[in-house]
Amino acid sequence: MREIEFDVVVKAVKDMIMHCGTDLPQDTYDALEKAMEEEKSPVSKEVIRQLLENANIAKDEKRPLCQDTGLAVFFVYVGEEVRINGGLLRDAINQGTEQGYTEGYLRASTCEPFSRLNLKDTVGYNLPAIIHFDIVKGDKIDIEYAAKGGGSENVSRAKVFPPAAGKDGIVAYVKEVISDAGGNPCPPITVGVGIGGTFEKAVISSKHALFRDLETENEDPEMAELEARMLIEINNLGIGAMGMGGTKTALAVHIEANPCHIASLPVSVNVQCHSSRHTHITI
Amino acid sequence: MATYSLTTPLTSEDTKKLVAGDTVLLNGTIFTARDAAHSRLVALIEKGEELPFDLEGSIIYFVGPTPPKPGDPIGSAGPTTSYRMDSFSPTMLKNGSKGMIGKGNRNQEVKDACVKYDGIYFGATGGAGALLGKQIISAEVIAYPELGPEAVRKITVKDFPVTVVNDTQGNDLYQVGREQYEVKG
Repeated sequence: MREIEFDVVVKAVKDMIMHCGTDLPQDTYDALEKAMEEEKSPVSKEVIRQLLENANIAKDEKRPLCQDTGLAVFFVYVGEEVRINGGLLRDAINQGTEQGYTEGYLRASTCEPFSRLNLKDTVGYNLPAIIHFDIVKGDKIDIEYAAKGGGSENVSRAKVFPPAAGKDGIVAYVKEVISDAGGNPCPPITVGVGIGGTFEKAVISSKHALFRDLETENEDPEMAELEARMLIEINNLGIGAMGMGGTKTALAVHIEANPCHIASLPVSVNVQCHSSRHTHITI
Repeated sequence: MATYSLTTPLTSEDTKKLVAGDTVLLNGTIFTARDAAHSRLVALIEKGEELPFDLEGSIIYFVGPTPPKPGDPIGSAGPTTSYRMDSFSPTMLKNGSKGMIGKGNRNQEVKDACVKYDGIYFGATGGAGALLGKQIISAEVIAYPELGPEAVRKITVKDFPVTVVNDTQGNDLYQVGREQYEVKG
């Protein structure tokens, strides 16, 4: 059984968070550059130009890309032959989150649901992190991280359809969700679509779909085709960058599909803003 | 579409000349408030109590900045989504405020209040927090420090770039822009 020191995990998580807060991932930067070239509306083109300039300033001066530095969301894959020495893995991830958000001058955005009091002085600075664990083969730990902002999260939705809804029903639903969202989730967006599974499986899949690099193709040709169809439908809405009107409302649609119950067709749509801050590390 | 440079506080004369799509570079003092602060400010107005700042001619910026790095007045400071303030904004405009800065659609009540009280809804580029934060040259928490990033701040801006989204004539830039590029069928 391989052992990893608690502090090694804390440091790895902290570094990921600080880097992601100021350095837009290359896949996102490249996708925005391409969108700027292809955008037909001069107003939206100018908005995307500002976003690229913002990314350059943030990287050069180590300033947060956006004031909404998100809730810290993790997907963690723990090998069966590895254990943490000196504490619980969950605690190490939370500690790394607190250190990364504090030392990176990122925002503490967690609060109580009704009093709305910030949790930075009680539970911890931007704690608790949202962590999804899975057990896998091997002696390594894979940690995927994304900073998930509130504006794009607020427009996300899920629904369990009857099986007869099929692809046409799902495409119409995704289009409806993005149309209603308009400029609120900070387009050009990435759209994560979770299909199948149970209700919660669809939702978690739609979140995880947002972690996929923007330049990668879906491994399933049927889903890749459905993604392409949805992307065209979404960009036909005309929402444009920040809702100003334009041809580039979404940079990509990512689908994760799962087997489901014979009675159900669950669908979840989770949206990520243009500042798609995501990264991963293997320890 | 014209470009203007305006200094706060704004008057009806300032706001009535602005048309949806115009670019404005804002200068002077503006106040920050988002969800929790709006809830408290509107409660004070309804009780007839004094506010922590003068609403007359004011511009309210919907923002919860990141903490400043040493030597900076403020951290990254781009707009938050505005619809969450829709239930409060008409009261703010009715009581003298002349404008708001945010991102995203407003409801009909807010658009109507802009027409009725000569108010403007300005859009700033969401997610450009590093760029916009640099246009803020001073910042001071003046109310509700316990709300952390949601505290009310008095900030001074220099050439802060915004676009007129909803004007005093009832125009809506988001609606017009989207209709122009929508592919039906």
